[in-house]
Amino acid sequence: MHNDKFISKSEIGIFIFALVLPFIFDFSPYIQGLLIFVMLWVVLGTSWNLLAGYTGQVSFGHAAFFGIGAYAAGVPFFLFKVSPWWGLLFGGITAVILGYLLGIVVFRLRGPYFALGTLAAAEILRIAFGQEEWLTNGHNGILYITTWVSKYPYYFIILAIAAGTILTVKVVMRRREGYYFLSIREDEDAASAIGINASKYKNISMGLSSFWAGMAGAFYFIYMGFIDPETVFALHNISIISILVGIIGGVGTIWGPAIGAIIMVLLQETFRSAFFGFAPQWVSGMHAFVFGLLVIFVILYLPGGVVGDWDLIKKKLHLKRKSEMKK
Amino acid sequence: MSILSLKNVTKNFGGLTAVNNVSFDVEEGEILGLIGPNGSGKTTIFNLINHFFPVSSGDIIFKGNNITHKKTHEIAMLGIGRTFQVVKPLKRLSVADNIMAAAFSRESTFEGAKRVTREVLEFTHLDHVAHQKAGGLPIAGRKRLEIAKALATRPTLLLLDETAAGLNPAELDEAIDIIRAIRSDLGITIIIVEHIMKVIMNISDRIHAIAYGTTITEGSPAEVAANPTVIEAYLGSDYH
Repeated sequence: MHNDKFISKSEIGIFIFALVLPFIFDFSPYIQGLLIFVMLWVVLGTSWNLLAGYTGQVSFGHAAFFGIGAYAAGVPFFLFKVSPWWGLLFGGITAVILGYLLGIVVFRLRGPYFALGTLAAAEILRIAFGQEEWLTNGHNGILYITTWVSKYPYYFIILAIAAGTILTVKVVMRRREGYYFLSIREDEDAASAIGINASKYKNISMGLSSFWAGMAGAFYFIYMGFIDPETVFALHNISIISILVGIIGGVGTIWGPAIGAIIMVLLQETFRSAFFGFAPQWVSGMHAFVFGLLVIFVILYLPGGVVGDWDLIKKKLHLKRKSEMKK
Repeated sequence: MSILSLKNVTKNFGGLTAVNNVSFDVEEGEILGLIGPNGSGKTTIFNLINHFFPVSSGDIIFKGNNITHKKTHEIAMLGIGRTFQVVKPLKRLSVADNIMAAAFSRESTFEGAKRVTREVLEFTHLDHVAHQKAGGLPIAGRKRLEIAKALATRPTLLLLDETAAGLNPAELDEAIDIIRAIRSDLGITIIIVEHIMKVIMNISDRIHAIAYGTTITEGSPAEVAANPTVIEAYLGSDYH
């Protein structure tokens, strides 16, 4: 954490690469869509990582913030035909308000109970938003004709949101708040003994985390043009994916969730398309199974994730190469 | 003037009275030793002072303010630092970052916190391990890190809970030197809980002895060491 350079050259390089990527290659809309999903997962994973990885509050309900952000863009459109683009303003703020209210309840819980509390919150919202048809159009969902046919503008918007999320984590982790988050993660009692108001800083962490998850949700509605409660409050597709992206990339590392997002999207698409048509059809149903295997492997052998245990991976690869050379 | 007063402090855990009607004063600038056999309530008294547990009855006054019902982090900010008998390092952070986190309690800038951290590292002789992970420190280092974290919050009163336990003789001497310097160089008042008589008898100005949660005597180290109730509490009534 004592790196004196706040943003390294390679980080600027990565950003510029992501920025010019669509100009270098003429991607098919399918690949463009994948790029957008990578960025969406970067935002979700990084937001989850701030609360869970850095502050130790392992949320199993990030879909609550994603979903409420999506509906913050969707409900005003459904009720009053307000442009969903306002969601980029209200999505994050609505999620922060939800996060604060939720925190009053769930921050009374620690460890697995906190995880269950957040999971329950997202499930409650999923069911409630399905029932309250006057507000949300229930399970029929909200439909909106997207502004552009081309996917490129959306790519740049979600890239900006992803950059904002990562930048937030980088800034916060160099400040008092960041040190306090880590202290709370390591030992809440020890943290309070050195003067840290744990509940205040847990709320701050929740606020920052839920803001970006809410922004991702609002973007999702603007981009997809359709939301229903089962999609945006999904346990497996949103809450669990946020966790997996973080764990595989590296919990408590800045770039972990970004790397995790790339790995997961590639893996998911490889299996979903049955190795791009080269494998038999039944392979396409296997992606969830492969995710499971991958998580088991990472937790057993790379508990720090790909980024957290990068040195370990390098060492292993290096040793292998050496022993092969000896042969 | 007394900096801290406990007035008839009692703590019940269900039917068990862990601390029973204990009162004492700590004078500004002194080192008060708190002794008693295992389970006599020493650590519980510390946990009551910094409000890990609420008291059942009685009052705790710090610098004229009643802090009995203040929260743990508020008490730390008022100037009471403490170490833990069962050490609580922030394991996955470096030693320097452990101290940084504590230093931010008084410093709002990164540079300010870093400056305090450097001072504290030097004072507690931890500068050579500053960039090691706290979880990997040997016990002597962890005990000193407890002191370092507490010092970084700039306390006026420091509660030391068995910071010398488990140290070898050389480390013990170093620990005694550091504790003495905390008072003489930094002007911090200290309450110390310790089982090692070499430490407690050497550095305490006064000693408060308890057994089964109740005060048995208070006085100079020599007086307390000669007190028959203290000897009985530690060694049993057959020892004469």
